[in-house]
Amino acid sequence: MKIGVITFPGTLDDVDALRAVRYSGADPVELWHADHDLRGVDAVVVPGGFSYGDYLRAGAIASIAPIMTEVVAAARGGMPVLGICNGFQILCEAGLLPGALVRNAGLHFVCRDQRLRVDNAATAWTGDLAEGQEILVPLKSGEGRFVADAPTLERLEGEGRVVFRYAGGNPNGALSDIAGIASENGRVVGLMPHPEHAIDTLTGPSVDGLALFTSVLKATAAA
Amino acid sequence: MPKPEILDPQGQAVAGALVRLGVDGVADVRQGKHFELEVDDSVDDETLHRIAGQLLANPVIEDWVVTRA
Amino acid sequence: MTSAATAVDSVENAIATPDHAQPFRELGLKDDEYARIREILGRRPTDAELAMYAVMWSEHCSYKSSKVHLAYFGETTTDAMRAKMLAGIGENAGVIEVGDGWAVTFKVESHNHPSYVEPYQGAATGVGGIVRDIMAMGARPIAVADPLRFGPADAPDTKRVLPGVVAGVGGYGNSLGLPNIGGEVVFDAGYAGNPLVNALCVGALRIEDLHLAFASGTGNQIILFGARTGLDGIGGVSVLASETFSGDEQGSGRKKLPSVQVGDPFTEKVLIECCLELFHAGLVVGIQDLGGAGLSCATSELASAGDGGMSISLDAVPLRATGMTPAEILSSESQERMCAVVRPEDVEAFMAVCKKWDVLASVIGEVTEGDRLVISWQGETVVDVPPRTVAHDGPVYRRPVQRSDKQDALVADVPDALPRPSGPDELRAEILRMVASPNLCSRAWVTDQYDRYVRGNTTSAQPADAGMVRIDESTGRGIAVATDCNARFVALDPYSGAQLALAEAYRNVATSGAVPAAVTDCLNFGSPEDPHVMWQFQQAVRGIADGCAQLGIPVTGGNVSFYNQTGEQAILPTPVIGVLGVIDDVAKRVASGFTRAGDAVLLLGTTRDEFGGSEWAHVVHGHLGGRPPAVDLAAEQRLAQLLAAGAAEGVLTGSHDLSDGGLAQALVEACLVGGQGGEIALPDGLDPFVALFSESAARVLVTVATADVERFAASAAAAGVPLVDVGRTGGTDLVIRGVSNLSLDELRGSWASTLPALFDQSAG
Repeated sequence: MKIGVITFPGTLDDVDALRAVRYSGADPVELWHADHDLRGVDAVVVPGGFSYGDYLRAGAIASIAPIMTEVVAAARGGMPVLGICNGFQILCEAGLLPGALVRNAGLHFVCRDQRLRVDNAATAWTGDLAEGQEILVPLKSGEGRFVADAPTLERLEGEGRVVFRYAGGNPNGALSDIAGIASENGRVVGLMPHPEHAIDTLTGPSVDGLALFTSVLKATAAA
Repeated sequence: MPKPEILDPQGQAVAGALVRLGVDGVADVRQGKHFELEVDDSVDDETLHRIAGQLLANPVIEDWVVTRA
Repeated sequence: MTSAATAVDSVENAIATPDHAQPFRELGLKDDEYARIREILGRRPTDAELAMYAVMWSEHCSYKSSKVHLAYFGETTTDAMRAKMLAGIGENAGVIEVGDGWAVTFKVESHNHPSYVEPYQGAATGVGGIVRDIMAMGARPIAVADPLRFGPADAPDTKRVLPGVVAGVGGYGNSLGLPNIGGEVVFDAGYAGNPLVNALCVGALRIEDLHLAFASGTGNQIILFGARTGLDGIGGVSVLASETFSGDEQGSGRKKLPSVQVGDPFTEKVLIECCLELFHAGLVVGIQDLGGAGLSCATSELASAGDGGMSISLDAVPLRATGMTPAEILSSESQERMCAVVRPEDVEAFMAVCKKWDVLASVIGEVTEGDRLVISWQGETVVDVPPRTVAHDGPVYRRPVQRSDKQDALVADVPDALPRPSGPDELRAEILRMVASPNLCSRAWVTDQYDRYVRGNTTSAQPADAGMVRIDESTGRGIAVATDCNARFVALDPYSGAQLALAEAYRNVATSGAVPAAVTDCLNFGSPEDPHVMWQFQQAVRGIADGCAQLGIPVTGGNVSFYNQTGEQAILPTPVIGVLGVIDDVAKRVASGFTRAGDAVLLLGTTRDEFGGSEWAHVVHGHLGGRPPAVDLAAEQRLAQLLAAGAAEGVLTGSHDLSDGGLAQALVEACLVGGQGGEIALPDGLDPFVALFSESAARVLVTVATADVERFAASAAAAGVPLVDVGRTGGTDLVIRGVSNLSLDELRGSWASTLPALFDQSAG
């Protein structure tokens, strides 16, 4: 099982995502923003950071990178894609997920250990979690407030596509406490918090995040 | 707007993206902020400049212009 | 620069116009310094040369007032202390060997004045600068920490400066992908109008990858890479670190320029990855970062450290502004630039790596035979100097050193007569008042704006006593770092106060389970022209150097920042000390605070009635006077060895240093950070107030399983470390017998709400 992790200029959490893939038992594969080549991977992680400095809008410039053309095509074909933090922003900008991520309501960058409630355990990335389960993973972002127009929000809720919700306090003013959402087919998931930083209690607050990476192994094996 | 001699990483990033999108002929991009204030007639230009200089802009690194629509 | 009619003030022109008046005073040079430049060159300097000498001979770059005192570090460093040092003072950053083939480089620097002028960019570029120093050693930057000091927490100017500084540190560091693992936030009226923004960076490298800044090998190419050169901070170094400088106003038609530089963390992040790829490919002979003094500094330092001369063409420097003069190009402080020496046959490969990372790179010159640094511009030679005279042979001042009589009054004003709380009710109220005070309350409002997780190697970060990061995933080897300085202690006794700062940072590293190995310092002081300030400086340097010799750990580098004052009022003397420690396996780290219920709480060290310069005297009485707590470095060393052994054996389940606010503060933090209450009996024979609030040094709280108490107590006795079993962890209250029950909720309310209440409204 090969899982790719994309590096854009300004990507920061690629080493962490590669490590999480390794911990899950899959083979991590480094993908480069300027390539049109997914190197035969079975799933893709778009990791966190500040791609191209996030100077235009978070994720805006990365979403038009050559590798994203391939990711968008593969995702439309059913390949599991996980966007974490900046990766989530990129997937929204690329049109794979609805809505947008804007500046935190408190206007500060927020780094904290965040409780999340799992609202959908049926996606490609959450099969090893249980619906209603609470997990603890780091959140670290300045533009993490999820927003969408009312019809989009209604649709997300109606179709059960809200995957993670903030528990124990909304850290950034996200609408309906939304921390993560999925595509219609449940193969593409984006979330602001960082599951790849919660895979080892030595370096993180829990090992809850590892479940996302192990989940996709089964999802791809089943596909 | 950032003063002309001040580095504008935002504008540079957009300029770089335009090249990657295949758009030629854009020599430089600079990114600033735009504020719209709804004011009474009693608010004169001097006041608007004061608002700009004291609050909206950072006079150390930014220039501003006030226009009335 | 003024110009003698011709467009470019070439060497030829300088020879032809020896009497042309030059604005050397405006550039911060004294008459005798200017005369010396003329003597060195045998003619008047060109405008470009004058700019180079002026900036390189400034206090900030030349250490002209501090040099004679800093030499004491060298005199007191023994061969044993040097054994693991691969690079020391004088390099971009010190490097020490830490085992398994790894080396670590670290340094702390100041960016005080720029952060006062423009808090966000000043702090951001401070982080950027220290990170490039670390990169210039061939290392990957792995963590940052920021010791910050501000005026009173409720002062309007602090509300302006602090949120910007914190956002700048976070905005730059977070975007670089460097975990912020420590630092300090201190408030004192002494910093009003002169905040201290110090930035520390740690880097790790394989020993064989060590790169030093030198340009050797005739024919080797000089490559400038990174950002373009613009009109950033022209003359900035002089204006920032020297007393008077009004800018380049009467120059060649250019209006006064802001000395503020704007940071671009994205470019720096890409530059880091690009540099590391260049190092690993073996494409770099020598490297130097461009910081204060820009190309003036980089070219003269590279050339004087090498074995030949250097020729540079300024026409090849990519510019961001039009019409820049040679002096401006040489003085520009544009950020995110590096300068490398590359073998001619490697240039193509070097350029390919830069292209991959979209990093602009240009060959701007080469190493030449001979011993001159020659710089040309539009076909004319504008600089022709012996590079050492620019980089290293600057003036050396022996400034008057004189302890002021005011010091006697300060020392005589002992805190003994200050009214002390007595009885349970007063003590309880005092505890709550103290934990909510600006210097003791939770720092989360600040540190939650910093990414501590990125790269996945952080095993401790704030609010732990020391930050810790793993450097080798296969062996678990890691490093710990802490910075400290109680400047009130330094004001009362600069020698002891500096040693107390050293002792506290050393102790903080030890509480994490690491073994202290090296020291960096950021010496923030007032004007060196004030003899009392020079006395403080001299005493502090001696205190640190003697202390390091006693502890057997070397100072590997640091930074001096003078002229930190508002008018005649100097800041509190603030020698911030950073101590770096090594731990064989981060899995053996000791967590901060009470981590489990049912453990024994042991107080290590001796508590005396010591309140001079204490936080209690400061918060409750606004008092500063008397003597600081006694320094006992031998006791600190014994304590550190006991902690290291306890960590290695896995017997310590938690630990916490006692410092500002004494035992009361340590207990509250241990409970709140660890998430456990405790039941505590204050040591017999001590007045409860003294037991709770004294700031005696060489003390630590540890927790061990009750079954291990006897064994650990025996180890402590053998090590000569006093130990008192003061209670047990557990529950939802901090119970101090005979004093008070404090619920953790109540304590958290007091401890956590102060900074949000002060700064939430003013942020953004």
